[in-house]
Amino acid sequence: MDNWTFGVTMLMVGMGGTLLTLGIMSVIIALLKKIFPYKKEEEEGSSPS
Amino acid sequence: MLEAFVNGFSGLIAGFLHLQAANVIMIMVGGALLYLGIKKDFEPLLLVPIGFGCILVNIPLADLMEPHGFLRTIYDAGIMTELFPLLIFIGIGAMTDFSPVLENPLTFLLGAAGQFGIFLTLALALALGFSKLDAVSIGIIGACDGPTAIYVTSQYAPHLLGAVSVAAYSYMSLVPIIQPPIMRFLTTEKERTVVMKTSRKSVSKTTRLLFPLIITVVGGLIAPKGLPLLGTIMLGNLMLESGAVERLTKASANEIANVVTLLLGISIGATMDGKVFLQTQTLIILGLGFIAICLDTACGVLLGKVLYLTSNGKVNPLIGAAGISAFPMSARVVMKEGQKYNKKNYLLMHAMGANAAGQIGSVIAAAVMLSVLKGMGII
Repeated sequence: MDNWTFGVTMLMVGMGGTLLTLGIMSVIIALLKKIFPYKKEEEEGSSPS
Repeated sequence: MLEAFVNGFSGLIAGFLHLQAANVIMIMVGGALLYLGIKKDFEPLLLVPIGFGCILVNIPLADLMEPHGFLRTIYDAGIMTELFPLLIFIGIGAMTDFSPVLENPLTFLLGAAGQFGIFLTLALALALGFSKLDAVSIGIIGACDGPTAIYVTSQYAPHLLGAVSVAAYSYMSLVPIIQPPIMRFLTTEKERTVVMKTSRKSVSKTTRLLFPLIITVVGGLIAPKGLPLLGTIMLGNLMLESGAVERLTKASANEIANVVTLLLGISIGATMDGKVFLQTQTLIILGLGFIAICLDTACGVLLGKVLYLTSNGKVNPLIGAAGISAFPMSARVVMKEGQKYNKKNYLLMHAMGANAAGQIGSVIAAAVMLSVLKGMGII
């Protein structure tokens, strides 16, 4: 594979892949937050009485 | 008798006789690294052992990097096996609170943009005539993350390890000097004064526990070649968030990380032999490393500007500059820069989100890069 093809592939697939992977993770975390919302009791439960 | 005396004496001056100009220059470079670490407080935990290792390896006839030399033994055991950077990653995971990014998952995107310098610099290195794997190792300086740079370079371009590591750690410590001019150049005063709301949305314990597991599985499936990097940082984070293995978490974040940092630093210093290090190529690599971090910052700020436009001016584009792995230094730089234009502007929490995302982003970018290389049959 010549350097030009390699460079362009790395640029496109690398940058796109990084953005896509982190985008997917962003969506997953947002979904997790919806499924397991924070409850006030968690804070109260963890605080020393 | 006289001959024995002369021979014995020659043994004492042999070191001086074998000292070459390259060794002298590198001993001075080692001294400069020690000066930066000790006097200027630039990443002292790394620059001190690196600087000292550099001095050690440039003293002739000690053979410290020859087979069975003590530096060679440490280097082979920890760098060539990739063990040191991975152990450091467990420590990083165990000491990093990813809450800011979990509170605002959109900042993951800033962590992605902050890695674009890796790929742009890789292309630049190729254009300058470096081989494919050398270009990959040079580009990885843009991850702004020492262990990631060492992990990739030790595998694919070990002859560049000294230059790449020194560039990665030096520029990381120079983030407060490198980033602000780029941030000012790419933003208007109006954008820099945007005050972002600080509504702290807490994250449930379940989400915090599932985060490292899901990131490991999803990230590992997308980019399996980078799983050692991703898996170790997430193992550290799982231990931290679970609270179930406090002793292991503390050991990973303190004792293990400290010992490995020392051994890692001295091993990197040991690669800085004058004969190998003092080449035009090293200067080019240092230059490309600088460009990589500038490009990371620029891409982060530019994505910040996109978010500014799409959010009707609710996002301050400066936080994009924190989408790199220099944690939490870069977030502090953003905070400081924002306050120069509006003293009541507290961007720290938002910048910390981008910065934590940058830390994950650098690992993901490296993982993606390795998997793409594997897919193309380059490695």
